[in-house]
Amino acid sequence: MPKITYIDSSGNKKTIEVSNGLSVMEGAVQNNLPGIDADCGGGMACATCHVYVKEDWFNKLNKIEDAEQDMIDMAFEPKKNSRLSCQIIVTEELDGLVVTTPSKQV
Amino acid sequence: MIKTDVVIVGAGPVGLFAVHQLGIKGLKSEVIDNLDKAGGQCIELYPDKPIYDIPAIPECTGKELTTNLLKQIKPFNTNFHFSERVQEVSNDKNKWIIKTNKNKVFSAPNIIIAGGVGSFEPRKISIKDAEKHEGKNIFYSVIDKNKFKGKKISIFGGGDSALDWTLDLSKIADVTLIHRRDEFRGAPHTLNEIKKQEKLGKLKIKTKYQISSIEGDKNIKSITIKNDEEKTLKIDTDYILGFFGLIMQLGPIAEWGLNMNRKTITVNTENFQTNKKGIFAIGDICTYPGKERLILSGFHEAALASVECFKRARPNEKYRFQFTTSSKEIQERLGYKSK
Repeated sequence: MPKITYIDSSGNKKTIEVSNGLSVMEGAVQNNLPGIDADCGGGMACATCHVYVKEDWFNKLNKIEDAEQDMIDMAFEPKKNSRLSCQIIVTEELDGLVVTTPSKQV
Repeated sequence: MIKTDVVIVGAGPVGLFAVHQLGIKGLKSEVIDNLDKAGGQCIELYPDKPIYDIPAIPECTGKELTTNLLKQIKPFNTNFHFSERVQEVSNDKNKWIIKTNKNKVFSAPNIIIAGGVGSFEPRKISIKDAEKHEGKNIFYSVIDKNKFKGKKISIFGGGDSALDWTLDLSKIADVTLIHRRDEFRGAPHTLNEIKKQEKLGKLKIKTKYQISSIEGDKNIKSITIKNDEEKTLKIDTDYILGFFGLIMQLGPIAEWGLNMNRKTITVNTENFQTNKKGIFAIGDICTYPGKERLILSGFHEAALASVECFKRARPNEKYRFQFTTSSKEIQERLGYKSK
């Protein structure tokens, strides 16, 4: 199973195995990781699963849709490497992915 | 004080269907919602997006679903209390006393919380000092635009509200529109007009910038915005308007003493009652083993919760299960003459 590393805003690191086909958001929620709220449950409707993805990984991810980009406008402190973790689907290729959560999800 | 059988918190699809399930059992309900209209997430988040998993409806939009649910409950003449949020819940013998933020008071043996993921509130600017200026120099909606006449306004956002107000206020004030990226999401016509006005020097647009600080103690004097390359700009500002859409916030529900699991309320699967007798939670806001956040699950939860509501509201009557196809009683309640 691919390993995904979640780093919170204070630098605490957790690496967990997430099944192929789940989203990076689901991986966090199912393992009770703080920092990802996912209020809307993965519908690209709330921006509370906002994460930052390091550049080298960012370019390997599926392309960002307009609707996701619009939602990121609403997120807390969006950056160039912002994604909604509900839209990143885990595959073997993403083994080792590192995402950082913002200091809060609004 | 408004007395009723059931107070429903939330006018989303599940809250609306609860009105129906209670109504056909002869129970009265009152519905409270923080939005100014019915529909909840369906109307606020995806009014035009198709939904494909409502039984027997191959495809419908959030708006259509809401319209049809309202049509289905029309016979019950239910009172809706919009733009109001439930603030406090307290116990009085076998009744619940419900108070809203507009000081309306309800008394009912049952409360059904169908609050989705919470009430919709405007998303706010999250930097330090923003809160202390809120309501004075920072606004998330425009109530009286005359206030802004001749002033320096910084508007944030990239959607329709930000664009509409930029265009409108630029006629009476000195407006700068600031957005995180180059692309705007709004009516093309408005956007074209804004670009035209910018060329004419009637308004300013700063894209790829976000707010980084607010200067001024009692009143705002200026703001500093920053782009991805850490370049900063100072903009003289009297008022900030932020249009970042809405966020769902659980709000006071978290303080009602209900057993919670993260942001959801724990219920049983027999009647979707919480740990407090007479308080039910249905739809996205409830959780139980195997819960799926589907509208259809919420409909089922509404049906079962309404049975227990009946038993509590009519302790001296026996509950009888009835089909709408054959029950004269139900058909009369729905306004159909029995054949």
